[in-house]
Amino acid sequence: MKKIITLLTGLALSVGISLSAVAEIQSLRGSLSLDSDSQSFEKRKQIKQKDGFERSYKIQPPMIPHATDKDKITLKGNTCMRCHSEKNYKKEKAPRIGDSHYIDRDGNKLNKLSSRRYFCNQCHATQVNAEQLVENNFVGAK
Amino acid sequence: MGKLTKWLSSTLVVGMVLGVVLWGGFNWSLELTNTEEFCISCHEMESTVYQELQETVHWSNRTGVRATCPDCHVPKEWTHKVYRKVMATKELYHKMIGTIDTPEKFEDYRLTMAMSEWTRMKKTDSRECRNCHHFESMNLDKQDERSAERHDPHVWEVLDGKEPSLTCIDCHKGIAHSLPEGWEEAVENDPILSAGLEAVAEEESSE
Repeated sequence: MKKIITLLTGLALSVGISLSAVAEIQSLRGSLSLDSDSQSFEKRKQIKQKDGFERSYKIQPPMIPHATDKDKITLKGNTCMRCHSEKNYKKEKAPRIGDSHYIDRDGNKLNKLSSRRYFCNQCHATQVNAEQLVENNFVGAK
Repeated sequence: MGKLTKWLSSTLVVGMVLGVVLWGGFNWSLELTNTEEFCISCHEMESTVYQELQETVHWSNRTGVRATCPDCHVPKEWTHKVYRKVMATKELYHKMIGTIDTPEKFEDYRLTMAMSEWTRMKKTDSRECRNCHHFESMNLDKQDERSAERHDPHVWEVLDGKEPSLTCIDCHKGIAHSLPEGWEEAVENDPILSAGLEAVAEEESSE
């Protein structure tokens, strides 16, 4: 019994060592040496597109096609509503917030933005020109 | 030279030198009150609006061209500047009686202060904005679609020499400090601040 075990262990070790000699084992750090600077990623710019982005799903929250760095959502106020509210959307030619945004948690329809939907950024995001991490031919259910 | 003329000329020279020193001293001390350090020496300003400013584009941006307190709140022209300084005694009085010396008091007063500043800017056609932003020189091609569309009609107004229907502060409220609660209603109900804005609303809805 002992002989078989030692034999198998020896076999496994030798295979492992020979393999590692051929393929360099890499940690998550990559092939950078410990004393060199880490690789910085490429800066990507936000995509600003007229008429918005194509959605992948039917009721997907639309993606933000304009700059938002000067906008602020705080307890006191929501600057997104300066263009997207019921009152302003026509004048500013911006998409109106959807009907679902007026319903409170008890299902009542309100005549102003529900507090459930107050923080726009929880669902709506700006887009950046990053390529797919893994090449794929995904098509959404539209 | 007679004794009188000698005395007169020396008095004149002394007077001129003294005048330069005193007038220069006056202006120098006046300018000291036009600095960011002076403004934030009051905790009412330093802990509230100054903190809010640091989140905005006028504090830090791509080019590093920025504005501090006096650039927007103190006129550059001497006459307007001195007038503002005289009116500032009101602020000294309120500092003394502590009208806004706690965060709660400040928040209660925020709308009033904002409306007063907005009215001042509206009345002067955003004079302080124009200290740095020369509207006619704005290159609309370099702006985002959203901004260019809105600036365009007003650039043409200025170039055609017409009376501007809107001024910077009409749309750019909250550019430097937090917007007070209930500001939209207050602006609508104010005759001075809503001038020009309802005209835009009517025009757009009839298109």
